[in-house]
Amino acid sequence: MPAEDPGRRRVVVADDGPVLVEGPVEIDLPDGSSVLADRPVVAVCTCRRSSIYPLCDTSHRGRRRRRKENP
Amino acid sequence: MTTTLPPAAERLDRPRLPAPRGELSAAVCDLLRGGTGSFPEVTPSDPFGHDLQLALALTSELHYRGFEGVDDDLEWAPAVVAARHAMADHYLAALRAELPGGDDLDDVVADLLVEPADGTGISYHLAGEGTAAQFAEYVAHRAHYHRKEADPQSWVVPRLQGAAKAGLVTVQHDEYGAGRAAAMHSTLFADMMTELGLDPTYGAYLDRTSRWVLAEVNLQTLCGLRRSLRGASVGLFALVELTSSPGSARLVRAARRLELGPATERFYAEHVEADAVHEQVLRRDVLRPLLALEPELAAGVVLGLQAGSYVGDRFSEELLAHWAEGRPSLTLDAA
Ligand code: FES
Ligand SMILES: [Fe+2]
Ligand SMILES: [Fe+2]
Repeated sequence: MPAEDPGRRRVVVADDGPVLVEGPVEIDLPDGSSVLADRPVVAVCTCRRSSIYPLCDTSHRGRRRRRKENP
Repeated sequence: MTTTLPPAAERLDRPRLPAPRGELSAAVCDLLRGGTGSFPEVTPSDPFGHDLQLALALTSELHYRGFEGVDDDLEWAPAVVAARHAMADHYLAALRAELPGGDDLDDVVADLLVEPADGTGISYHLAGEGTAAQFAEYVAHRAHYHRKEADPQSWVVPRLQGAAKAGLVTVQHDEYGAGRAAAMHSTLFADMMTELGLDPTYGAYLDRTSRWVLAEVNLQTLCGLRRSLRGASVGLFALVELTSSPGSARLVRAARRLELGPATERFYAEHVEADAVHEQVLRRDVLRPLLALEPELAAGVVLGLQAGSYVGDRFSEELLAHWAEGRPSLTLDAA
């Protein structure tokens, strides 16, 4: 995940969900609030379905009828 | 996310040997107390039975913290190694026979990334109608993994090279608190246990833990320590990271509904957020480079994903069956 050039931060646009950013980051929101995320990689939600927006909580995943039990 | 629990003063925490559950676990206890008797034939016993799984867990624990009063050198003593290997082979053969197998990793992963619209399982039950006592039982069973969270996956690190190793360690760094002992997931789990009135001592519930949780950790340990099963080790790791976020979100809902407290909410909220990231890192930065380098590991990774799902589903069925009959799945009173 980290960029090969240590002077640069890599941002990975996933094809199926969040944008991955090297942390720690501060995310400023339109309402003036900010969210601090300290982990080494931060997943920023792009689908706006996350219940912990602006961070991804995997709510972007597709849903379908039951395949099997989940833990 | 906040937590305000004071850090506990750290002390050396080593479990005591639990009471045996049958012939094999009794024989292992005997070996660990310095006995020199011959080890019983393994194949007649139920490979998924409590006796074999506890016996295997006791020999595995020598690789982690060992036991109070047990010689650390027994970890690699030939008699212990032979017993461990025979039990592991018997278990692995039975497990393989239960699984569909194959090597279509993309297909298995795609299946795990779809949330069932009408799922069932422990987290659904606890989010919807489970009781605080059932939540605590679940946590007491899961302690066998979470009090050594991330440790079973660390065995595989030197068996990987380059990009896959770097990706895997990125996730492990986060599991181990990114340099802060108080933020280690195993520590957050202990904080939750204390809040729930459980004993956070390492191994406190080992004698009562579901055989299916023992089976899960036994598999993680043995795959991590056998180079030939390194693909399965990564598969087991990936399964945890791919499925944890949605299940943890349901457990956050359960904790809020049952008003269990901030440490309990925090443990699962941390896993909603962290594992949404870990899933991405596992797929992009571990599985992709690993399979590019060693494509023949695909069947092993699939084995890990399927085996982890299998034992997890059996654990879920066991607890839900107890609760459906109004029976606890383990006693929480001091042993
Ligand atoms: S991108 Fe993952 S929840 Fe929105
Ligand atoms: Fe974790
Ligand atoms: Fe994780």
